[in-house]
Amino acid sequence: MKENLINYTTHLADNALIMGQRLGEWCGHGPILEQDIALSNIALDYVGQARNFYQYAAELIGGDATEDSLAYFRNDREYKNNLLVELPNGDWAQTILKEFFFSAYQFYLYQQLQTNTDERIAAIAEKSLKEVTYHLKWSSEWVIRLGDGTDESKKRMEKAIDELWMFTGELFEAAEYETDFVDLTSIKDKWNERVASVFEEATLAIPETKTWHQTGGKKGIHTEHLGYILAEMQVLPRTYPGATW
Amino acid sequence: MIQQEQITTENIWSILNTVTDPEVPVLTILDLGIVRDVKVEERNVEIVITPTYSGCPAMDVISMNIRMTLLQQGISNISIKQILSPAWTTDWMTEAGKQKLKAYGIAPPQYKQAVCEPELFGKEEAIQCPLCNSYNTRLVSQFGSTACKALYQCNDCKEPFDYFKCH
Repeated sequence: MKENLINYTTHLADNALIMGQRLGEWCGHGPILEQDIALSNIALDYVGQARNFYQYAAELIGGDATEDSLAYFRNDREYKNNLLVELPNGDWAQTILKEFFFSAYQFYLYQQLQTNTDERIAAIAEKSLKEVTYHLKWSSEWVIRLGDGTDESKKRMEKAIDELWMFTGELFEAAEYETDFVDLTSIKDKWNERVASVFEEATLAIPETKTWHQTGGKKGIHTEHLGYILAEMQVLPRTYPGATW
Repeated sequence: MIQQEQITTENIWSILNTVTDPEVPVLTILDLGIVRDVKVEERNVEIVITPTYSGCPAMDVISMNIRMTLLQQGISNISIKQILSPAWTTDWMTEAGKQKLKAYGIAPPQYKQAVCEPELFGKEEAIQCPLCNSYNTRLVSQFGSTACKALYQCNDCKEPFDYFKCH
């Protein structure tokens, strides 16, 4: 039971951290200043959520574990994030769509977790839900703007859907350590409803739900992309352990 | 300097009312509503604070400033505890705080029921321009210079301004 709690808390932290790290790559490269700032703000929320979960995981693990040792000194096989979050940013449409898929997932997930019997997880979820509400609103509006925009923006959204859809199934496929804490079936239904209503307004078609979905991330089997993010994120603390500003 | 025997929750609260937010220095941490509890037991002082946003980088600085301010008053047995639940809301900001924000050029937060829903487009409420008081303003971006603010512009006086967004 305790091992499941450690693994689940780490999984929640890993998802938030890798999302935040990826979005952080946009900093200074956004299409316009305001949206650049929006992505940095969202990334900062994720890093904050990750810290809260890592701090809890570190307390549960005990010994020398800290939020930093969990973030900087684990290898890709020990990371339990969903494949979706580690995928490259791609173009603006792909970044937006990934943010939409993920924030819709986190929105219903945290809604459920805020009444979890584990008080610490419930508190972090309650806190994070307020931030995710803004992420979901922002990304939904962008999906509509691009899908129902110009021929070019629509074409790019359709390409992004082709690229990302096969990574959404994993969000709802429970890992062994997850089943004690969350009912993913009800989250999946709400997520599907949300995606359907936003896609309808965006004049975008929903892909066949029965297509093949990629899985493995939650168990530590990742795409080749995760190694590169970790390399960039971890190089400094691994080269100079204990370095501070 | 406060003598050890004079430490009471009242004077701790009044000392805390001199600690300001590092990013919005017109607000004290009491104006912001992030101090949730103060406990005094003999010489030990426990202060309970809650972050505005999970990733708010100001929290560590605020904790340090609380410690430094109390130390200057001769209070040294301090523990600062961070809690997440109940989650901070802009409804905890004091009326005095809201007035100070407006005078500083930041539109103060509205009551939260109006906009804290994930509804799309067009559900924005009118935010008053802190400079000319017009309600004829528009949202530029839901995300501004810090996590707690959104960016607006006044359509009348053209002033771009921050809105301390509801949370």
